Amino acid sequence: MKVAVVVFPGSNCDHDAYYVAKDVIGADAEMIWHKDTSLGGADVVVLPGGFAHGDYLRTGAIARFSPVMNEVKKFAAAGGPVIGICNGFQVLLEAGLLPGAMLRNRSLKYQCEHVFVKVEQTDTPFTLASRKDQILRIPIAHGEGNYYAEADVVARLEKNRQVVFRYTTAAGEASAEANPNGSLHNIAGLCNEARNVVGLMPHPERACELAVGSADGLVLFESILRSVGGAAAPLPAKASAAAGAVANR
Amino acid sequence: MSVVDRELLERHGLTQEEYGRILEMLGREPSLTELGIFSVMWSEHCSYKSSRVHLKTLPTTGSRVLQGPGENAGAVDIGAGLAAVFKIESHNHPSFIEPYQGAATGVGGIIRDIFTMGARPIALLNSLRFGSLDEPRVRRTFTGVVAGIAGYGNSIGIPTVGGEIGFDESYTGNPLVNVFCLGIARADEIIKAAASGAGNPVYYVGAKTGRDGIHGATMASAEFDETSAEKRPAVQVGDPFMEKLLLEACLEVMKSDALVAIQDMGAAGLTCSTCEMGARGGVGIEIDIAQVPQRETGMTPYEIMLSESQERMLLVVKRGREAEVERIFEKWDLHAVRIGEVTTDNRMRVKDHGTVVADIPNGALTDEAPVYRRPMSEPSYIKEAQQLSLASLGAPAPAADVFRRLLASPNIASKRWVYRQYDHMVRTNTILMPGMGAGTVRIKGTRRALALSVDCNARFVYLDPYRGAQLAVAEASRNVACSGGLPIGATNCLNFGNPQKPEIMWQFAKAVEGMGAACRALDVPITGGNVSLYNETDSNAVLPTPTIGIVGLLEDADRVVSRAFKASGDVIILLGESRDELGGSEYLKVMHGVIRGVPPALDLDLERRLQRLLVEGADAGIVESAHDCAEGGLAVTLAECSFDTGLGAEANVAFVAADAPAMKDVAALFGESASRVIVSVTPARAHEMLGAAARAGVPATVIGRVGGNRIRIAIDGRAVIDEALESAERIWSSAIERYFEPRKAIA
Repeated sequence: MKVAVVVFPGSNCDHDAYYVAKDVIGADAEMIWHKDTSLGGADVVVLPGGFAHGDYLRTGAIARFSPVMNEVKKFAAAGGPVIGICNGFQVLLEAGLLPGAMLRNRSLKYQCEHVFVKVEQTDTPFTLASRKDQILRIPIAHGEGNYYAEADVVARLEKNRQVVFRYTTAAGEASAEANPNGSLHNIAGLCNEARNVVGLMPHPERACELAVGSADGLVLFESILRSVGGAAAPLPAKASAAAGAVANR
Repeated sequence: MSVVDRELLERHGLTQEEYGRILEMLGREPSLTELGIFSVMWSEHCSYKSSRVHLKTLPTTGSRVLQGPGENAGAVDIGAGLAAVFKIESHNHPSFIEPYQGAATGVGGIIRDIFTMGARPIALLNSLRFGSLDEPRVRRTFTGVVAGIAGYGNSIGIPTVGGEIGFDESYTGNPLVNVFCLGIARADEIIKAAASGAGNPVYYVGAKTGRDGIHGATMASAEFDETSAEKRPAVQVGDPFMEKLLLEACLEVMKSDALVAIQDMGAAGLTCSTCEMGARGGVGIEIDIAQVPQRETGMTPYEIMLSESQERMLLVVKRGREAEVERIFEKWDLHAVRIGEVTTDNRMRVKDHGTVVADIPNGALTDEAPVYRRPMSEPSYIKEAQQLSLASLGAPAPAADVFRRLLASPNIASKRWVYRQYDHMVRTNTILMPGMGAGTVRIKGTRRALALSVDCNARFVYLDPYRGAQLAVAEASRNVACSGGLPIGATNCLNFGNPQKPEIMWQFAKAVEGMGAACRALDVPITGGNVSLYNETDSNAVLPTPTIGIVGLLEDADRVVSRAFKASGDVIILLGESRDELGGSEYLKVMHGVIRGVPPALDLDLERRLQRLLVEGADAGIVESAHDCAEGGLAVTLAECSFDTGLGAEANVAFVAADAPAMKDVAALFGESASRVIVSVTPARAHEMLGAAARAGVPATVIGRVGGNRIRIAIDGRAVIDEALESAERIWSSAIERYFEPRKAIA
């Protein structure tokens, strides 16, 4: 399996996604420069977190014009699995690959902390290794993650089961208290109608080893391995050791 | 007729004597551009003219030191062929005038110092000081500074993994913003900033030059008064995205070996980078400012040379390799512009469309800049302030009340409201999160990790600069050792008042002396740093604050130790001993409103043994948790160990014989004796821990057990504190937040 990590000039979680793909789950991975016009034969595309072009305008607003995005769109239209994490999610929204927009956090501040999200849909390439309603403890790190869309759009998302991740309490309750940023319906992540394009604000790539506080995010990468790699390749020792209970040292 | 009159000199912060030296060095009158150049290079900020004679006494060498002071940053060997490149720097004055941009550009500046050395920056820390949060103006400064640090660090993608924040009225009109950055380089690929090779082209890359920040270095070398707000144009504006591009592009250029030297344009901008790179290499640099990319029209040579516009770099490139370097910058949408070349004559020559506008020997601006041995005298306040009559303070409040008051003191309370705004996890190396101990980052590709701490208890320095500075070094090193890191290197940021006052100069000299002695004893050489003087507003100086940053090495990242208790039933051990030491304590400040007494005694030999014991204990996997006893003493330390995992504690601590009998409980619970650490160990390994301590000659006492949902502390069996963990935690965690989010105010 080959993972393409798209690098915009202001991406800063590109290394982290690359590291998990290559060193934690042992996949083949390549950094793809945003001016490139080829995805290098990748099986999966990751749009990583960061501040793609400084994001002084609107997060992701300029990134959608990067040459590589044409390839990403074609790849997605052909059913290829694409995941946007944090700024990558914002880019997917701006590029029209997912519906809706991001507002500033309700707190009007950048927030970096671990939160709980529930995996509500397991029929996407990024969640099929998860149990339905599995609760993940993974970090958020954003200033604009307050998901917004028109009421009819949100209703459609719910009806079509496109809300893949929802902010909840540790017990799985999607309460106002569990919502870190004011997102409508506690929405943390979405998929498109075809279910191959997924975007989420939390950072699963920051939660793939107990050493960094949680390995709950690994299930997304295991899902990719399983969905793309056909029969599941056995995970390298490093990842197996990392999977399991939450560390909170 | 001379255009240089007294008023002009005054505006440039130059004395008549200094001007006399300029005339002598040039053999003629300077042009206005030249006068401006001398003014910034001879400013306190750039020349260290008051501090240099003292700084020379600091220990700067050691077996691990790869680069000491003099370059953009220091570097130590961390094994596996790698170097840790690090430095701390102040941005106090700009942050007072314009908190957001002042702090943001402070972060930007220190990051450039690190990547300029060829290192990939991987961690930021900061040490901040403000007045009381009860003052609206202080709250604005505080929120602005925090937002500025967050705005810059988060965007560029370097995690802010730790730091410290202190509050005292003395900082009301003069906050301190000290920023630390650490990067990793291959030890044999560290890049220097010494120009060489006559004819090699000199390139300018990054943001265009504007009129912002002109005379920033001079501003940072004067006291504040009521007109300071008018100096806002001297504060620069940061662009973290531009810096991100520069960072990536420069690291790529460095890999190509087409680079000879590189320096960022920080304080004193183009002037400083040009003459310093020339001076280090014993060559000259000639530039034509007509080639410098400009943001505004009609800029004079004076303005261009003195601008402190951010995110600009100056590079010397090997002749014949220009196209290669230009191509890399193009990739990142940056335009590298050739503005001059290296010459043989050891001078900085500046032309404007071919006409020479400045021509100065490099030495005159660097090594031969004025150095002063300023007069010193012991401040009159010291003897008086060291007198502490505990009996005269009246009967202390009940211990349980004091405990709650201290937990709510912003100096002690949780800083979560702050660090939640910092991305502290990006790059996925952070293995000890903020608030859990020293900020600790693993080094991918190795088993190693680095534990980082910045510290200074300025009250102790105020009461006794020599011992106070020693205590700062001891505390920062101890924090690193608690997390399992062996202290291997240090960087300092010396924040003091006006050095032209003999009493301030005395504080400075004593603090440097104490810092040097402690660093020698603990074997942590100082590889660089920064001096910030004139931290005064309307002639009131800040508490003397010599902040120290310590880098500790863990051979095995898996052995990192946090401060949080791990399991019910674990044994709590106090390493070190409590004495009757309330001088300069948080207790005296919070409960009696005074900074008085003598700071705690410090036995540097015991301190060293304690730190080695902690590192060995972590490495052997004996230590489950470790937390340094600092502000608030034993009681607060125990509580902090309980908060993160919600495991309570039951402890029985020893009686402390106090001069004032009424204060004996207070001394036992809230005294701030140095060289003390609370560790927890599993019952099975308690014996082993005690044995190791005995062999190391470190006093160790079992004082209790982890467990339950209360903090219970007794003194010799007599219960004095019994607080529900939940309520203690609520007081501690909401004390800062409540100033900003009133809805969450505690009932």
